Amino acid sequence: MKIPFAYIWRSLWARRLTTALTLGGIALVAFVFAAVLMLSRGVEETLIETGSLDNVIALRKSANSELVSQIDRDGANILKTFPEIATTPGGKPFASTEIYVIINLSKKGSNDMGNVSVRGISPEALQLRPQVKLTAGRWFNFGQQEIVLGKSIAQRFQKCEIGQELRFGEATWKIVGYFDAQGSAFDSEIWGDVEQMGAAFGRPVFSSATFRLTSQQEFEPLKLRLQKDPRLASIELKREREYYEEQSKLMSGFIKLLGLVVTIIFSIGATIGAMITMYAAVANRTVEIGTLRALGFKRRSVLAAFLIESIILSLVGGAIGIALASGMSFVRISTTNFGTFSELAFGFTLAPGVVISTLVFALVMGVLGGFLPAVRASRLNILSALRSA
Amino acid sequence: MIEVHNISKSYRRDSLEIPVLSNITLDVPEGEFLALMGPSGSGKTTLLNLIAGIDRPNTGSITVNGTDIATLNESNLATWRSHNVGFIFQFYNLLPVLTAFENVELPLLLTNLSKKERREHVEAALKLVGLGDRMKHYPKQLSGGQEQRVAIARAIVTDPTVLVADEPTGDLDRVSAGEIMVLMDRLNKEFKKTIVMVTHDPRAAEKAHKVMHLDKGELN
Ligand SMILES: Nc1ncnc2c1ncn2[C@@H]1O[C@H](COP(=O)(O)OP(=O)(O)OP(=O)(O)O)[C@@H](O)[C@H]1O
Ligand SMILES: [Mg+2]
Repeated sequence: MKIPFAYIWRSLWARRLTTALTLGGIALVAFVFAAVLMLSRGVEETLIETGSLDNVIALRKSANSELVSQIDRDGANILKTFPEIATTPGGKPFASTEIYVIINLSKKGSNDMGNVSVRGISPEALQLRPQVKLTAGRWFNFGQQEIVLGKSIAQRFQKCEIGQELRFGEATWKIVGYFDAQGSAFDSEIWGDVEQMGAAFGRPVFSSATFRLTSQQEFEPLKLRLQKDPRLASIELKREREYYEEQSKLMSGFIKLLGLVVTIIFSIGATIGAMITMYAAVANRTVEIGTLRALGFKRRSVLAAFLIESIILSLVGGAIGIALASGMSFVRISTTNFGTFSELAFGFTLAPGVVISTLVFALVMGVLGGFLPAVRASRLNILSALRSA
Repeated sequence: MIEVHNISKSYRRDSLEIPVLSNITLDVPEGEFLALMGPSGSGKTTLLNLIAGIDRPNTGSITVNGTDIATLNESNLATWRSHNVGFIFQFYNLLPVLTAFENVELPLLLTNLSKKERREHVEAALKLVGLGDRMKHYPKQLSGGQEQRVAIARAIVTDPTVLVADEPTGDLDRVSAGEIMVLMDRLNKEFKKTIVMVTHDPRAAEKAHKVMHLDKGELN
């Protein structure tokens, strides 16, 4: 490309109104594109962060979520005796047998009902999940009908003040505290005593059991031991992190699919916008193109100059879109997670991959929008171009 | 030095063939200052474009400095133009977003000169046309006469074999036109430039060594 760069960007500046409008279109699409990717990453991160690498979760074979899983007491008790399972400082098996159910609560600001996850836990659960910290009130007492709420639940549902009572199952539960689970999925859960929950919901069996491994490498040996034990034939083990990763796929995949279909439709509009701008640029600068060609600049230099002009437009638009989208990192949203059908709060996560994908996406718009106009510019006949003065 | 031999040129408009030049032969020796005159539509611009290598004859040959330019392919012809032809247009054809300096530098971007060498050449060319103090100005900030002088600097900066000028004073007032003609005369006399100039202006033609008239496809 022999045509000076100053020619390209000053031409863009010379028609700054059109340039700004085109940039606006591209930036908007890039913004939506980046926001979708950030959202889907946010979901993944929220769920993946929920799982710990040291923990392993036992579920019923082929149950792909806790909601549809059942583990009987015998099975859970046998597992607790396995040598790969760590013990607490108090000498007990480092394990939490849990019940996971879904209830309905009224949302704040409207009377819509939302699904909320309720988890009955064993006393060891808090040590299994050190990221969960009490922020107000106190922990519930085991043996009592008391509950503690994740911070997203407290923010989003009615009658969730400490001291108030919620009715679900066959019981009335007193709210005694709030916890913060550092943005993980537990933030969208209600926790109480597993035995109380079992009684209230009439459930003699657990949904899942979570164990701490003596070390991360013990996962495979534990799995082998489980497979050899005929009493545990119906149980399947997963690393807790992998379990939550699987949980995130459905949701993040759905967000990505829907979001990207929408953005791709938008992007056709933005690409056509860029194309119109570039065709107009070629038409307005026909004499300039003829002059450059007369002076000895080749067709391919002209092609490159106009294509680069379009690419600059698209990359700057993409960068503006990313800048706008990065403002979304402060927004948290809450919606139904399809994996568990209950509310999940998550945020927009800006990662380097999102930036790169968005810039590539914008670049594609620039190349597609700029190519035909650039070809037209390069195909102009010198004489007729000079004549059009 | 420029040998136009028996060329014909016609344009096609729809299915109609419009003959513009027929069997034109013309010799321009080195250092010549030739003015081409004639009524509108007589084909002056067409002949000039053929000599400048931005158009091709239907038949006949054009040899400039020993090169038969009708045989060059498009890309080689473009390179040939950048080395051998300096263009001066009626409407100056400066790029509006580039400064005087940058406009004059344009043809040098097609050479292998270093940035420093380019700057020296550009400064010399702009000083020669009397605009050494206007290098950073954009075309819009210059008068028509000054714009044309920038265009002349751009035409001579590569030291081409031939300068082609199509009505270089056609858009200028009398005084500016006079200045441009003085400059053209100087380029011819002092710098030995071969010039082919199309003009309607008899005062401009006066400066030329030789005036030829094109009418109804014939050259006298
Ligand atoms: N690209 C073209 N396509 C069709 N016809 C053309 C083309 N170029 C020139 N002509 C025709 O050829 C004839 C000669 O045109 P040319 O521009 O050479 O005339 P000219 O002598 O320079 O006229 P003027 O003094 O008005 O500039 C005109 O009739 C013009 O309409
Ligand atoms: Mg003409």
